[in-house]
Amino acid sequence: MINTPQQTKKLQSKLGRVRGLGSTREGVHHWWAQRMSAVALLPLSLWFVYSLISLTGTDYDTFIAWASEFGNSVFLVLLVVTMFHHAQLGLQVVIEDYVHSEMWKMGMVLFVKYGAVVFAASAIFAVLKISIAG
Amino acid sequence: MPNDTRPLSPHLQVYRPQITSMLSILHRITGVVLAFVALLLAYWLSAAAYGPEAFGRAQALLESGFGRFVLFGFTFSLFFHLCNGIRHLGWDMLWGFELSQVRFSGILVLIVSSALTVLSWLMAYGHVGKL
Ligand code: HEM
Repeated sequence: MINTPQQTKKLQSKLGRVRGLGSTREGVHHWWAQRMSAVALLPLSLWFVYSLISLTGTDYDTFIAWASEFGNSVFLVLLVVTMFHHAQLGLQVVIEDYVHSEMWKMGMVLFVKYGAVVFAASAIFAVLKISIAG
Repeated sequence: MPNDTRPLSPHLQVYRPQITSMLSILHRITGVVLAFVALLLAYWLSAAAYGPEAFGRAQALLESGFGRFVLFGFTFSLFFHLCNGIRHLGWDMLWGFELSQVRFSGILVLIVSSALTVLSWLMAYGHVGKL
């Protein structure tokens, strides 16, 4: 939907020129989502590092016992969701800054977004399986 | 201006490296690194759900010399991005926006995140009694 030089020279209303470029509120929403997920990640990632320290050198059974504790399962799922959401929003900005071909940009952003969903889903399912099946 | 001829934002080569710009790009680099940490977390949890053998392979990989080296880098990335993220959130509330404050908080972030990285690893080694 990008204006080529030829298109911009055409007689076109201001509205016509911005149509299809996205809603004005979209950027603000993205910005807020990035900040809100960052705030949520503060306690979650500190909890994660703390847990990893206390899990150092752990064997399979101890890890399963730890991960299937109710509080730990909940925190793990929250961590996975928030982390992938924040990462996906951030990578979108990075891609938009460096990739200038519209096709590649859209392709890569979609790839990152779908990828985030796939990996987050697997990780969540893994936690559920561990905590339910033990 | 037509979109395909306007100047692109990061023109890094024309700037002299400074603490402000170096930390800015480091926030971006560590953010991308952390995306790989998210993938690793997904792999690790999936391996545990898969069973003892898969989890054992994952643990062996992480505990190897190379694994530890990478994990150390991941730890610093997390602490740096987290501390610098707080700095970002401060700026969003228009806090610490003077150039002298930006420089000071930048140096503080580097010191604190390096210290937290080393402290975490000392605690982890202490936890398994190898200290
Ligand atoms: C734990 C996993 C995390 C991942 C995977 C991650 C990933 C990313 C990525 C890829 C970006 C985009 C970088 C850029 O646009 O230059 C970003 C930006 C950001 N991150 Fe994180 N991050 C994580 C944790 C955190 C935490 C704990 C905070 C705490 C405050 C935080 C605060 C921010 C902020 C404020 C931005 C926006 C920076 C800007 O507008 O330039 N992030 N993150």
